Amino acid sequence: MKARVHVMLKNGVLDPQGEAVRHALGAMGFDKVEGVRQGKVIDLDLAAGATEADVTEMCEKLLANTVIESYSIEMK
Amino acid sequence: MKAAVVVFPGSNCDRDLAVAFEQAGFDVSMVWHKDSVLPEGIDIVGVPGGFSYGDYLRCGAIAAQSPICQAVVEHANRGGYAMGVCNGFQILTETGVLPGALLRNAGLKYICRTVDLQVATADSVFTQGYAKGDVIGIPIAHHDGNYFADADTLAALKDQDRIAFTYGDNPNGSVDDIAGILSENRRVLGMMPHPERAADDGHGGTDGTAVFRALAGILAPA
Repeated sequence: MKARVHVMLKNGVLDPQGEAVRHALGAMGFDKVEGVRQGKVIDLDLAAGATEADVTEMCEKLLANTVIESYSIEMK
Repeated sequence: MKAAVVVFPGSNCDRDLAVAFEQAGFDVSMVWHKDSVLPEGIDIVGVPGGFSYGDYLRCGAIAAQSPICQAVVEHANRGGYAMGVCNGFQILTETGVLPGALLRNAGLKYICRTVDLQVATADSVFTQGYAKGDVIGIPIAHHDGNYFADADTLAALKDQDRIAFTYGDNPNGSVDDIAGILSENRRVLGMMPHPERAADDGHGGTDGTAVFRALAGILAPA
């Protein structure tokens, strides 16, 4: 069983890396980009029986810092 | 007086912090990250700068889950004194002992230079050696020192006079120029600049010495 966790900076938290990417895209002539947010993808290989609740707990305790980051979980 | 300094894989300011404590008169013991208890009878624990666990995942995130950090959290929750510098500040926010978080510098660059700090409060064991408004020169060396806290947290920090230091010329985008903060009981300090790197004539400046001297004076047994 696998899970994919997406971790993103929360809306309202400045993402300087995303901004730098946006500037670079603009400088390259991609003029239709209005915003860039950069995040992380974490893939977990899970033993049988692991639940989304387990992954949620992992996110809350380690994978995301909920002061600044939000997360979403895809169970596969 | 006794101080403990935590050592993680990747710490690189542990010895500097220990020397600064020693020069102020502390007996210092180094504590390894796998230890689960702090030495008995310590007056303060220092969480040093560096790149604990290679800054993997987020700066300080993995260190915050180490056995010794659980002991540091318990020490702080009991009302014990602690200070975290640079990566130590990041670790203390990750444990929840201090509020907020440290984001990537707004300019995306690692910054290593001496900056002007303003002492925002002298009302703590750490800052009592200064006067409010003093401007001191203290080195910074970080890539993720951009302090962030939500509006409610910021309001609480201000209302409770818990902002310890602010930057004169904000180098990293920190909200409200915040360089260091205190816990609610004022016994835990977290700061990105390195007072232990301005604590000896050989450092080119000694403006950080007052932090350690004040601690030594106040924590000394009467």
